[in-house]
Amino acid sequence: MSEAIVITSGKGGVGKTTTTANLGTALALMDKKVCLMDTDIGLRNLDVVMGLENRIIYDIIDVAQGRCKLKQALIKDKRFDYLFLLPAAQTSDKHDLSPEAMVEMVNELKQEFDYILIDCPAGIEQGYKNAVAGADHAIVVTTPEKSSVRDADRIIGLLEQEEVTAPKLIINRIRNHMMESGDMMTIDEIIQVLSIDLLGIVQDDDEVIKASNHGEPVALNPNIKSSISYRNIARRILGESVPLQSFVQEQTLMTKVKKFFGMREK
Amino acid sequence: MSQKPLVMIKGTRDGLTLFLSDDASFHDVKEQLVDMLNQDDFDEVDSLITIKVELGNRLLHTDEREELKTLIQSKRRLVVQDIVSNVITKQEALALKKASDIHLHMRPVRSGQVVDIVGDVLVIGDVNPGGTVKATGNVFILGALRGIAHAGYEGNKDVVIVASLMNPVQLRIAEFYSRAPDYETDGVYMECAYIEKGQIVMDRLQQVMKKCPVINGFERSVLNV
Repeated sequence: MSEAIVITSGKGGVGKTTTTANLGTALALMDKKVCLMDTDIGLRNLDVVMGLENRIIYDIIDVAQGRCKLKQALIKDKRFDYLFLLPAAQTSDKHDLSPEAMVEMVNELKQEFDYILIDCPAGIEQGYKNAVAGADHAIVVTTPEKSSVRDADRIIGLLEQEEVTAPKLIINRIRNHMMESGDMMTIDEIIQVLSIDLLGIVQDDDEVIKASNHGEPVALNPNIKSSISYRNIARRILGESVPLQSFVQEQTLMTKVKKFFGMREK
Repeated sequence: MSQKPLVMIKGTRDGLTLFLSDDASFHDVKEQLVDMLNQDDFDEVDSLITIKVELGNRLLHTDEREELKTLIQSKRRLVVQDIVSNVITKQEALALKKASDIHLHMRPVRSGQVVDIVGDVLVIGDVNPGGTVKATGNVFILGALRGIAHAGYEGNKDVVIVASLMNPVQLRIAEFYSRAPDYETDGVYMECAYIEKGQIVMDRLQQVMKKCPVINGFERSVLNV
């Protein structure tokens, strides 16, 4: 039984593409057959984050308009046998893709793969409608910022009108020290406002940006906290129940000394 | 044609009341009314006389009402103040019921969503920032109000906004509005808002009964027809 999951947020820059890449990688690590779909026509970058840019020959618009077969456009990942990417077009317009074409493609991919992760563009117009068209489930990514939560709320409202199951929430870019000091919305506050199920939380981490720039999703590296976060989310997608990570720093002597001198622990 | 008269006149403190019989056809009643109006010389009276017309169990269309009005007002001293009937159409009754019913909305109202209700609305769930609830009647929210609530948006000022947690961006009642302070607040639990002395005031929920004794006025609005 395969599932198509759209990853969306409304607001731009909250980490949809990074989340898609890392969840795909984490699911592939658990021996699932995964296909990543980039629907951000004209501003594709899932291929860059995955480090597969140089392998693109055909893209999603070529498939939609019948210039190539779906199989020809799929790019196999360098690290996994069963992780594939269907890249977005860079030169076309988002109106070249229709919701019907998306449904058709997703249905074809479902024959082959266990999980199809659809990376949604920012905004709520045509691009969003295309991305949601073929999806069974939806994951909403937000950051603990008011504007981002507001847009997530809007998108959840729109998703409730679509034929997807109740959306799940990922809170990205959590800065623990800011939540503790009350300068940022806390996880509880966000869930209270959005009133949907929490799928996972990911800490703000320089390593994520570093890994993205190298074209190596951070989920590959088991020594990094945010990598564990993504793996936990993937396990929850598979139906396991995994407790939320605690971001509270252990009070070692060193951190106490640092705190005493007003230095911020990382 | 020697039965009881089809038109009766009674004088009251405020003017005259015309009782039009509902047993005869409207045509006959009109004829008798014309006769009666021509008999009495109303034109000799100095001051204006206000007329109230009682139709009994007769239902008149708007154009028939107009006809009746012009007929009476053809006498210069007569002014028709009101035409009342014991009956209303099904349509009017349904519209009235709709306007005084409490309509349930059992989902959160999210950013960008507008709930627009004729009558009272009871939202079970939160109203999030960016979301709007508007009703021609009262707004009751069983949840947190963090967005905009507009009660009585067609001009009714005798309405209230009630919320379990009151932390709105804006409150609007009829044409009045008030907004949240510019500093952040946590909101207050169990509050109501209503109009007092030309501005919106907020108070404890317990005050709502004192300020607005008749919240749901179905009977009241029927009797006022």
